[in-house]
Amino acid sequence: MMSPKAKNMVWGRSRGANTGLPDRIGMSGLPLARSRAFERHLPDAVRFDRVTSRFPARRRGSQSYVALSEISLAVGQGEFVSVVGPTGCGKSTLLNLAAGLLPPSEGSVSAFGAPLDGLNRKAGYLFQADALFPWSTALDNVTAGLRYRGTNPIEARDRAEDWLVRTGLQGFGGYYPHQMSGGMRKRVALAQTLILDPEIVLMDEPFSALDIQTRQMMENELLELWAAQRRSVLFITHDLEEAISLSDRVLLLSAGPAARVIGEYVIDLPRPRDVSEIRLTPAFLDLHRRIWNDLKAEVLKSYEQARRG
Amino acid sequence: MAEARIGRPALFALRAGVLIALLGFWDLGGRFGLLDPFFFATPIDVIVRTWHDLGTVEIYRHLWVTTIETLLAFAIGTVGGIVVGFWLGLAPLASLVLDPYIKAANALPRVVLAPIFALWLGLGIWSKVALGVSLVFFIVFFNVYQGIKEVSPVVLANARMLGASRRQLLTSVYLPSALSWVFSSLHTAVGFALVGAVVGEYLGSAAGLGYRIHQAEGVFDTVGVFSGMLILTFFVIAVDAVVSLIEARFLVWRPDAGGRPDAA
Repeated sequence: MMSPKAKNMVWGRSRGANTGLPDRIGMSGLPLARSRAFERHLPDAVRFDRVTSRFPARRRGSQSYVALSEISLAVGQGEFVSVVGPTGCGKSTLLNLAAGLLPPSEGSVSAFGAPLDGLNRKAGYLFQADALFPWSTALDNVTAGLRYRGTNPIEARDRAEDWLVRTGLQGFGGYYPHQMSGGMRKRVALAQTLILDPEIVLMDEPFSALDIQTRQMMENELLELWAAQRRSVLFITHDLEEAISLSDRVLLLSAGPAARVIGEYVIDLPRPRDVSEIRLTPAFLDLHRRIWNDLKAEVLKSYEQARRG
Repeated sequence: MAEARIGRPALFALRAGVLIALLGFWDLGGRFGLLDPFFFATPIDVIVRTWHDLGTVEIYRHLWVTTIETLLAFAIGTVGGIVVGFWLGLAPLASLVLDPYIKAANALPRVVLAPIFALWLGLGIWSKVALGVSLVFFIVFFNVYQGIKEVSPVVLANARMLGASRRQLLTSVYLPSALSWVFSSLHTAVGFALVGAVVGEYLGSAAGLGYRIHQAEGVFDTVGVFSGMLILTFFVIAVDAVVSLIEARFLVWRPDAGGRPDAA
């Protein structure tokens, strides 16, 4: 749940821009996207309060680069939130802040009510790029986190085998990353992260490199796993359809530099969902049209900047 | 590169043909006065001598000495290179301070150190080991240093998110990454260890293959020199084959493992 201050800020900016869209949170009077009322009293899994992220100038004399400007957002416990924005808007920076890999320049990031100091120990991070250990087999990759925690090797192995089955990789435990397809590697990465049962999963365009069939399969699997565990998810993507079909709530980021949250949409499509089927429903298309209208303006803006830059 | 299409038997026949042509030229050149057998020997003599030598105990004593020197130089140089490479790879200040000295030490042709090693360590095996170490160390050191510097930041961040402590990062990310670079330079490192041993023996010793070649040269025994070279060549091929085996065992995870066609 966003704080009143944060909500006003997001909303205030939208009103300032006078986009006049009907279903913005705040305007419609809906409660902020927290679909499960029983969790309302719990602290947010991740929460940004007016977070600005600045990178030092590359050359002396040039200005520092502001990636994110005064971002306020929150991911409730058990909630699936997607962040969508044009390329280069600082989406990965947002996740690195949530993971504690990067400290905010201004503002604060908190996890489960406590301000974040160093790494976010309750978070699992699924990277966009290949992050598996190339020198370890699939099984050893999946057990890595457990081994770091000092879990008994036999137990770690059993649990990893179980996760390999769950992610459809039964019998591939002895394969090295380079011997597997991109989709299989993503599954290993998914198992590697989820085996630790993180309270919140941060996902950075995890499926962007996959072909469309594999991708929809993985999305459905992710939804299944998520439904079973009911952990919070902060999902970054540039694909609006993916964001809508997976999420409880979609946040729209403006074009960078100094990206801001410029829109927030509740996705009240029924669950359980099938990502390929839900894309054909009128409710989905309606949401898609509304969000795309806003996103389009930002995409054009970032095009312009890229051309001028 | 264009892929040559040829069957295995045909390839074998062509390779054998090259060998026979070379030996034939050598042999006929000697017979018709083109190559003076005093300076060039003849292939028959060399083969007969080698065959004879391989039947004596003496040659194996020399081979053994050279092998020991090579292995010691390789082991000490590799361990030293890994330790120092790790240290400098993870200590930016130390690596900045020491950078010019490392470059200078590496620029020095190491063979000129042989006399000084002989003075310090005598004519036994240790002066040869030292020369080999001075060659192997830098190869391994630069590879480990590179391996540490080029650890993928994503893999590193992933390990940290999975809960690795600083110590665990060293053993589970930095070490395997650096070792993969060490293994990729294994052929070069073993080769240099051998060069150190043989050159050291050649410059002053009482045993080893280099010593034998030097002895033969000293009495104008050209056949002995060539025979020593032939045995040395077989020895290097054998060592290289062993290295390839070790490499295949340890680098299974690499996409290009075993990607050196006909390495030996």
